[in-house]
Amino acid sequence: MKAAVLLFPGLNREGDAMRALEQASGHKPTLVWHAEHELPAGTDLVLVPGGFSYGDYLRCGAIAGRANIMDAVRAHAARGGLVVGICNGFQILCESGLLPGVLMRNRDLRFICKMQHLKVERADTPFTTAYQKGQIIKVAIAHGEGNYEADEETIRRLEGDGRVAFRYCDAQGQVGGAANPNGSTNDIAGIYSENLNVLGLMPHPENLIDPLVGGTDGRGLFDSVARFSAAA
Amino acid sequence: MKARVTVTLKTGVLDPQGKAIEGALRSLGVEGIASVRQGKVFDIEIDAADPAHAEAMLKAASEKLLANLVVENYRVEIL
Repeated sequence: MKAAVLLFPGLNREGDAMRALEQASGHKPTLVWHAEHELPAGTDLVLVPGGFSYGDYLRCGAIAGRANIMDAVRAHAARGGLVVGICNGFQILCESGLLPGVLMRNRDLRFICKMQHLKVERADTPFTTAYQKGQIIKVAIAHGEGNYEADEETIRRLEGDGRVAFRYCDAQGQVGGAANPNGSTNDIAGIYSENLNVLGLMPHPENLIDPLVGGTDGRGLFDSVARFSAAA
Repeated sequence: MKARVTVTLKTGVLDPQGKAIEGALRSLGVEGIASVRQGKVFDIEIDAADPAHAEAMLKAASEKLLANLVVENYRVEIL
């Protein structure tokens, strides 16, 4: 799998993302600076990592979402190429128009940094074949703006078309109520684009790939994309 | 020429920051506050001399970057 990891000033999770991709695929990803106009030839997957691009000025992801490289990412996505945005990367994908909706301030106004259970809504997309449908995974969350909002019509479409990727839940898989850390609409932690080739999620699977640091539930996502790219 | 772009949250969009400020004002004893919504103000200096052109340019700027039309409205004023 040829993966490109985007780098904007202020991101800080690119190292974790690159380690996770290399562990899953055996290939070192290429780091691509935001001012570039093109992705490396033959790129299978673009990963937009987390952090605080441009200091979260204006709105989270707003400035990065309009960078030069995002035109190339949009073209890659339009060709059916895989794109995944994690945390600030999810916010950047929403601001760039690759995913609908917006990530608003957490309901309780606090930056939340903790372990969180998620429910895998479907296991038949390029990002989730290494999971089971309905599987409960435990990964980390670390964000101040993870409260997913969109207009009613968009939410209806996301739900109706099976485009919710992950939902916040508790250890037993109970979705909603106290298990929702940030007030996100319908407990949404991640969503897909219409063609299921673009995924955005707030949690950090790239931090849960090694038993030494608390678990390996995040591996499935990277194993899935590596498997998908190998088969393509 | 000077201009001001005001960006506000659309009606119905939850504004936890506005809510927190509203609560703080109440606890400070400021009376008669029904609700608070927080927005942003951009004071912009522009080279153009033609107000109509400036307004069109700032509308484009608002839609491209300053406002996220999913949850925000904007208003352009030429001062």
